[in-house]
Amino acid sequence: MTDAPWALLAELTHACPLHCPYCSNPLELVRRDAELDTAEWARVFAEAAGMGIVQAHISGGEPLLRRDIVQIVEAAHDAGVYTQLVTSGLGLTSRRLDDLVRAGLNSVQLSVQDARAESSDLIAGRTSFRAKERAAGVIAAAGLPFGLNVVLHRHNLDRLQEILDLGARWGADRIELANAQFYGWALRNRTALLPAREQLDRAKEIVAAHDGSGPEIVWVLPDYYEGVPKPCMGGWGARSITVGPDGTALPCPAAYAMPDLAPPNVRDHSLAWIWAESPAFNAYRGTGWMTGPCRECPRRETDFGGCRCQAFALTGDAARTDPACGLSPDHHLVRDAAEAAGSVAGSGFAYRRPPPVR
Amino acid sequence: MPADRTDGDWRPALARSIVLRHDTVRGADLLLMPERAVRLSETGGRVLRLCDGSRTVGDIVAELGEAFPGAPLDDDVPEFLDRVRAEGWLR
Ligand code: SF4
Ligand code: SF4
Repeated sequence: MTDAPWALLAELTHACPLHCPYCSNPLELVRRDAELDTAEWARVFAEAAGMGIVQAHISGGEPLLRRDIVQIVEAAHDAGVYTQLVTSGLGLTSRRLDDLVRAGLNSVQLSVQDARAESSDLIAGRTSFRAKERAAGVIAAAGLPFGLNVVLHRHNLDRLQEILDLGARWGADRIELANAQFYGWALRNRTALLPAREQLDRAKEIVAAHDGSGPEIVWVLPDYYEGVPKPCMGGWGARSITVGPDGTALPCPAAYAMPDLAPPNVRDHSLAWIWAESPAFNAYRGTGWMTGPCRECPRRETDFGGCRCQAFALTGDAARTDPACGLSPDHHLVRDAAEAAGSVAGSGFAYRRPPPVR
Repeated sequence: MPADRTDGDWRPALARSIVLRHDTVRGADLLLMPERAVRLSETGGRVLRLCDGSRTVGDIVAELGEAFPGAPLDDDVPEFLDRVRAEGWLR
């Protein structure tokens, strides 16, 4: 029998006031009129809790753009799920946060693009840094567990120390340093975002030298540079379910990009069936699907062959070894890009945009 | 800073970020916190359920003593609570 899932990533909407060039939403953003309604989300959380899901990221896009976010959080809380709001901070007033806390919200993760206003706004594609600063004040004043998430890349890595100082000043309990992962929007912007190796080396030194005081620091591996794939979180279909704004259910948010996956939808199937029975969730479960060097590799239960979405994005075949792995026959795809990053000047961003209204 | 010996008037309570929940699917008590879930042993769950800020460590040991007569609670419980406090899950 399949082990029970632990976590749900609920993408309430793909709408967002920001335009980050590494957004983890799919290139084809779901339109607002296709979104699940309040009752549908309540059903998803009740089913999720019944299957063993104990944690939910209430995310987007910007989840605060949902007028019914308080009811949705309340439904998750009533089902017994620990909730974390994942927000850009735009629209997070103390009144809004109070309502959410009363509805049962447990914690907040705020994103910031850089330590300085001008560059944070440039990366976000709009003026937003001051609003984030205010949101941080609101979260800290509420005394809620507060995580700060920063996606790292060529344009902000050199300010890592400033970013850590900012997190401490804003009152974060935890700073997640998420080196950009290249699929979807970030892959489209790879030339602009890939850092030079020296930038990463200096950043790693700063993280290593951190004395352990202040916020906890989490460093998400930059897999392009290590020759080691990042472990798919517990393996495909092992821990977590992503439900998109229109009810599309995926083993991970990057899997929208796999055209042959035929992901199931919570409007058509129970979450229990989706988890245990659907072809999409079983496609790369376990190790039986593995090809190439992964099959005999002693690390196959450790990193699960790396990222399926990256394998697909770079080779067109999701069952191949992740090209980030030094043992992959496709490793040059990653190595060449990483090496070139030191010399190319870097281009402008292709900002994330909402779908055209048809 | 967590003390390495539990002091007499400490009334342990879960940290603000932590939720203690029984998970009926897995048949276990869990500590839930941002980005993490910790599965507790049966006794661990039992001890932490008594950490509501009203009981001293001595009260907790005495209460458990009724359920587990003869168990080495005087040493084990304070040691366990210190460990959990060092993780930042108790205050
Ligand atoms: S397939 Fe890739 S993007 Fe998806 S969860 Fe695994 S590692 Fe992450
Ligand atoms: S060959 Fe496959 S299992 Fe082995 S380290 Fe590389 S990606 Fe992981």
